[in-house]
Amino acid sequence: MKRRNFIKKATLTSIGTVIGAEIVFAHMMPEGYVPLAIQDPDPFKMFAKNKEMVVLNDRPWNMEAQAHLLNEKITSSQYMFIRNNGKIPENIDIKNWKVVFDGESIKAPKTYTLEELKSKFQQHTYQLTLECGGNGRSEFDPPAKGNQWTVGAVSCATWTGVRLRDVLEDVGIKDNAVYIGYHAADTHLSGDPTKEPISRGAPMAKVMQDETLLAFKMNGKEIPLAHGYPLRLIAGGWPASVSGKWITGISVRDKVHDGTKMTGTAYRVPCEPVEPGEKVKDEDMCIIESMPVKSLITYPKTGATIDEGKKLNINGHAWAGELAVTKMEYSIDFGSNWVSCEIEPAVNRLAWQHFSASISFPKKGYYEVWARATDAQGDSQPMVLPGWNPKGYLNNACHRIAVKVK
Amino acid sequence: MDDKHQEFRHSVKKIYHTIVAVFSLVGIVACFLIYMLTDPGFSAFRESDTSTSYTAIDKDENWDTIENGIHIRTGLKEGEGLMETVNNCTNCHSAKLVTQNRMDANRWATTIDWMQETQNLWDLGQNEEIIINYLVTNYPVLKKGRRAALENIEWYELED
Repeated sequence: MKRRNFIKKATLTSIGTVIGAEIVFAHMMPEGYVPLAIQDPDPFKMFAKNKEMVVLNDRPWNMEAQAHLLNEKITSSQYMFIRNNGKIPENIDIKNWKVVFDGESIKAPKTYTLEELKSKFQQHTYQLTLECGGNGRSEFDPPAKGNQWTVGAVSCATWTGVRLRDVLEDVGIKDNAVYIGYHAADTHLSGDPTKEPISRGAPMAKVMQDETLLAFKMNGKEIPLAHGYPLRLIAGGWPASVSGKWITGISVRDKVHDGTKMTGTAYRVPCEPVEPGEKVKDEDMCIIESMPVKSLITYPKTGATIDEGKKLNINGHAWAGELAVTKMEYSIDFGSNWVSCEIEPAVNRLAWQHFSASISFPKKGYYEVWARATDAQGDSQPMVLPGWNPKGYLNNACHRIAVKVK
Repeated sequence: MDDKHQEFRHSVKKIYHTIVAVFSLVGIVACFLIYMLTDPGFSAFRESDTSTSYTAIDKDENWDTIENGIHIRTGLKEGEGLMETVNNCTNCHSAKLVTQNRMDANRWATTIDWMQETQNLWDLGQNEEIIINYLVTNYPVLKKGRRAALENIEWYELED
């Protein structure tokens, strides 16, 4: 025991060297306590995530699902991707949690407590699709910078909260309002307190939609910490970075919000198509708004082997940003023939829709089942990668699974 | 003269005693502090220590261990420029953010510029070239084409 303690102390001292600061009061630390700076906890336990989730990054935390994990109609927390830009806030005090409304286009700044937001405004619940703008980035060639998401940075949970529109009406905004920008309690990775890890927003037309919420519940429970507890802005159908977590302020701007990750190349794509690998000037990059049409086969898991003569039942989800999905098809011959799937209407606007099909295979062999959704404007998912862009956003290429018939 | 001499001797003695006292005190405090360093919980004075989890220990004894060509703490590959990369590129973000990305030297340089302009990254000096060389050598760009084949499929029997 004594040796252990000695090692523990020696370790703390060496940690002090590593983190570049003396650990003051190291001897006062509770037994068994590991300083936060060097904590390497089990993220699956810490965030209550399923073990099959894939960790892309641990500082900041970024974790995605695999297609077959997303089979539920309403995504539960254990399968919801995490995309963080900074450090998760600590010591959240919900009694004193305040949201400050300010900005050029506000009549007079106003502050609400969490309790006031909950009690003063009518509450609404919607199921809303949140997809990371960079979902599918890993497929771009030449590779795009950032977390290399495959297919699992999408979720569709139910969110309960108050309409941002109702709150803004109560605050009082000017006619010249153009955009809102959110501010949040997460902190910058560099530790610089003057920097916001992310401060994005949306134009007023999106802000004023029924489904744009300041939410305090996810799937009927308090929002998990990693997903924005105690308050999250929810803007379904848009890059999930618009749905800011740990909200402490909303600025109503008289211009396009210029917070962190609103400018430069962040969450922007070339205004005009470019050659793969081309350098694009910042001023030629346009902000991503509604996400493109996309679908995911969530059952069965890729790699299924079935006996000849048996039918394969597949199902999954399809979504199209602000639009509805009007047609769903599958192909087992690499797009030579497309067969229609059943597609259910959405439970509400901006929620994903469920599709299913029963597939017969003509003979033994290796197959790929490809799925293709078409939105209300007639746009379909491409089979190859869509237009290359420097940051690798908006990959809505068809999802496929491998199947063997023996 | 004698009186003065006596007085002087007296003062010297006084100062000597004070010094001894002060040094003894410092010595006692030092002993105490040294003990605190080795046993902050005073476990030697307790019957038993029931605490169990010191998760940090095993990792930190071997802070920069390399096993099978992998720097264990960061997951980075062993190679020329490894420690420069570890020491400059894993302070703010995880090494996972580095190894996920495949870029040529130009794009790494642009990325470093961006981190310096916006993310408080320091001037890397001569290490910049070493780090970029390390990255393009150990994490080269892979051609993926317009759509890659499905890979690493884990085949299984699908039950009804």
